[in-house]
Amino acid sequence: MKADVGAPVGAPLAKSGAGAFVRLPPFGQKFGGVAEYIVIPALALLGSLVLFGIFVALFGKNPIDLYFYMYQGAFGTWFSWQNTLTRAAPLILTALCTALPAQLGMVIIGGEGALLIGALSATGAALAMPWAPPLVVDVAMAAAGMAGGGLWIMLAGALRQYRGVNETISSLLLVYIALAILNFLVEGPMRDPTSLNKPSTPEIGAVNMIGSIPGTDVHWGLAFGIIAAILSYILIYHTVFGFAARVAGGNIRAARVVGLSVGKLILITCFLAGAAAGLAGMFEVAAVQGRTNANLAAGYGFAGILVAFLARQNPIAIIPVAVLLGGIGASGGLLQRRLGLPDASVLVLEGMIFVMVLASDTLYGRFSIFKGKAS
Amino acid sequence: MAGPGDIGLWTVPLAVLGGAIRVSTPFLFVSLGECITERSGRINLGLEGTLVMGAMSGYGVSYLTGSPWLGVLAAGITGAGMGALHAGICGLPRVNDIAVGIALMLFGVGLAFYLGKPLIEPTAPRLPSIDFGAWSDIPQVQAALRINALFIIGVVLAPILVWALRTTRWGLIIRTAGESADAALAMGYSVNFIRLRATMFGGFLAGIGGSFLSLYYPGSWNEGLSSGQGITAVALVIFARWNPMLCLGASLLFGGAAALGPALQSVGFSYGYHLFNAAPYILTLLIMIATCSPKRTLIGAPAELSITR
Repeated sequence: MKADVGAPVGAPLAKSGAGAFVRLPPFGQKFGGVAEYIVIPALALLGSLVLFGIFVALFGKNPIDLYFYMYQGAFGTWFSWQNTLTRAAPLILTALCTALPAQLGMVIIGGEGALLIGALSATGAALAMPWAPPLVVDVAMAAAGMAGGGLWIMLAGALRQYRGVNETISSLLLVYIALAILNFLVEGPMRDPTSLNKPSTPEIGAVNMIGSIPGTDVHWGLAFGIIAAILSYILIYHTVFGFAARVAGGNIRAARVVGLSVGKLILITCFLAGAAAGLAGMFEVAAVQGRTNANLAAGYGFAGILVAFLARQNPIAIIPVAVLLGGIGASGGLLQRRLGLPDASVLVLEGMIFVMVLASDTLYGRFSIFKGKAS
Repeated sequence: MAGPGDIGLWTVPLAVLGGAIRVSTPFLFVSLGECITERSGRINLGLEGTLVMGAMSGYGVSYLTGSPWLGVLAAGITGAGMGALHAGICGLPRVNDIAVGIALMLFGVGLAFYLGKPLIEPTAPRLPSIDFGAWSDIPQVQAALRINALFIIGVVLAPILVWALRTTRWGLIIRTAGESADAALAMGYSVNFIRLRATMFGGFLAGIGGSFLSLYYPGSWNEGLSSGQGITAVALVIFARWNPMLCLGASLLFGGAAALGPALQSVGFSYGYHLFNAAPYILTLLIMIATCSPKRTLIGAPAELSITR
């Protein structure tokens, strides 16, 4: 009955026994295991889609129409693909904000706050250097965004390490504090006096905007998100640092006994996690919005938590899952126009998926099909 | 501007006092409910979603039936349902209660926004309040002492819960499940069933706390109604050391902090309004920093609780 916060989250560790985990690399450890990690979340996803179909049927909508428009809005046309990928970009980065600390057994859900602080810092950097050439501005924005977001989540990590404050609660409280700071700054010191209806900061300038990947309308944030995910994967599974982090996540006492400095691991990991979400905020400003205002609190940080859990905290798995969730977000508009569903229907579906995926945790190790192929 | 209404800067502490009583009620209900849930050894982080669902369903039922008290009841039942969902999923082996809480927080908020779309326009009958300030000629005093019946129920409930936890059979069973699941099992109780009921009770109270938001203060349904009251209240239980009476005190403190921004705005001081609105979150964080310790488990923490281990 003792539900350990850490172990089930840092998924591959929890599955394999203590001996197996030393000998085999956790991702791709055995084909049976991998199949299990794909089939069970896929079943949960399918289950929640069926549940959502029943849900909208209760409101007199045809579920077949629902699935059709969801597919159309997400992956049906090149236009919707681009919309999907544009949404996937911040999701990859905010999902890393949950997935990286999860290796240490920490549940960080403050990606939204780091995204907002990252966006604010990046905007501040751009506004501070109107004379600089665009490339310098963009690099400075990325650096400021990552530093801002990184320090924001590192604060939650430091509070956990040095004061024993629960990082789940503190990181969520920091979201609300970040939102208050954003509202304060865009309505006060950083306000563009010409933004009347929607208080905003001044624009960072058209020359400083980051363009699209050639041949698409998808901004470069997607490429950087994928690079960040791959780098995170290498960091976690192919470096001494990542190994140490996973040891600490598996058994913190053992990690201390073998002399790992757990505090340093926590602080650096949380900084990297926040930096990823901060980078998402920077791209939302530099490639989409062009300025900072309340539009940035669009829920990417919260959807990123779901992406991380659905991907079982594996950085590589985060990429396809983010595309999938980006697709669900992208189809929201079409569902609203064609079926008259409220915009919150996307939130309902995401909530259902989240609940189903967590409930499906109980299924691991129950099916003998997956066991025969082990090692 | 002479006259009984002109009391100068006294407006601020009076408004904070009145605000503390008004704003603290949802904090109070959520934290009392979560207190019982956590004493049974499980943490429900999904109470933010429960609160918003309660606010939506309470408002809807009050609008449809014309009776705000039926709305409060409906909110409570909705909350208990959300609690049952949480407990049902957490009862499965190898499912993490913190993660399920996060999921239900997002699910509850989304579902409430979905179902509550048609409720943004209409006006539902609101809960009545009792005037304890009729003796005074000063309108601000009267406003500060216009107290909602739910607050009084909450204040009465806190000592009752302390008593029930300490002396009744039920209290003992809940505490046993919270301190040692094995002991409860050895006594022949189903730990999951105990926690199911404790979580449903917690959800019931959190739902009522939500109905206060939509039916009394601020007193309408919209999507910005709750901004973290649910999660703040969960943190507040830790600060209150899992003691319902301390939850009452902590709720008043938080209500006062949350009322500071509007109180200052009412005397024309609106610079940094948004920062003052963040006061309860900053206060929560500071209190957790001051009271938690990395060295030892918190005094009074149920031993089975995953968040303190």
